Amino acid sequence: MGEMPIIDKAKCDGCGLCVSVCACGALKLVEKTVQAIEVDECRWCTLCELVCPNEAISCPFEIIIEND
Amino acid sequence: MAIKTDFLRSIPYFSGLSDSEIDTVGKYIFEKKADRGEILSFESEPADVLFFVTAGVVKIFKTSADGKEQIFRIIRPGESFNDVSILSGMPNLISAEAMGAVVLYAIKKKDLEVVLREHPQIAMNIIQVLSRRVQELVSLVEDFSFRHVTGRVAKMLLEYAGDGVGEKPRLTQQEMASMIGTAREMVGRSLKNLEAVGAIRLERNRVVITDQEVLRETAGIT
Repeated sequence: MGEMPIIDKAKCDGCGLCVSVCACGALKLVEKTVQAIEVDECRWCTLCELVCPNEAISCPFEIIIEND
Repeated sequence: MAIKTDFLRSIPYFSGLSDSEIDTVGKYIFEKKADRGEILSFESEPADVLFFVTAGVVKIFKTSADGKEQIFRIIRPGESFNDVSILSGMPNLISAEAMGAVVLYAIKKKDLEVVLREHPQIAMNIIQVLSRRVQELVSLVEDFSFRHVTGRVAKMLLEYAGDGVGEKPRLTQQEMASMIGTAREMVGRSLKNLEAVGAIRLERNRVVITDQEVLRETAGIT
């Protein structure tokens, strides 16, 4: 199972915009805070991070050099 | 469907209006719903309706001749789109698409003209909204025209990866943008450009540098 977007619960105000743009159902609101569910379909599109007005979601990238 | 006057008050267009003025404006407003992927405005077509997002998110974008999409703005609840086309009477310069299920408040161009004549405060509010929009767009134009963002992203990737030894904190696209002083939207585009020239490979949550030489060339490092 892959890694999921990281949610900062202290910053999340439960507006649900990320849930509305997530195409794979990886996010849901639980008691006014968003939670990430592990789903194979999450392609790291980063739309949830893009639309969050509070910078409460992050989708970080590892930067590596390919080994020949 | 009852228009929520409390929500209307929270929209910058209608701030500072009295209760009776809000009620009057509300009579011209109607609701529209759209699903994910629905196009709400088409580039090059005239607009007849001004939209305010009340729930969900709308993206404003342009598509290049070769199919590349550039997102200009993300419209969240309380914000508007189609304003420029409505007010200038010119065709839309951009397209708008629902990023998920959205609920919009809308007002027809002819009704907006009536409201503007009757409530000059709204005209003052619109000037402020559009002035802020111009500032944002000038900043984006600066990125497009004067700075080689792709080159700066290439340089940042090389510096960040270093010699490839040791574990480094991962970076979000916003963090990459902050590191090189550009907008987040420009980073995504630049990464795709770098992938197209074979300098990197984008995996799910990894940027893999596949050709350091090409990356150096793009960064202007010889």
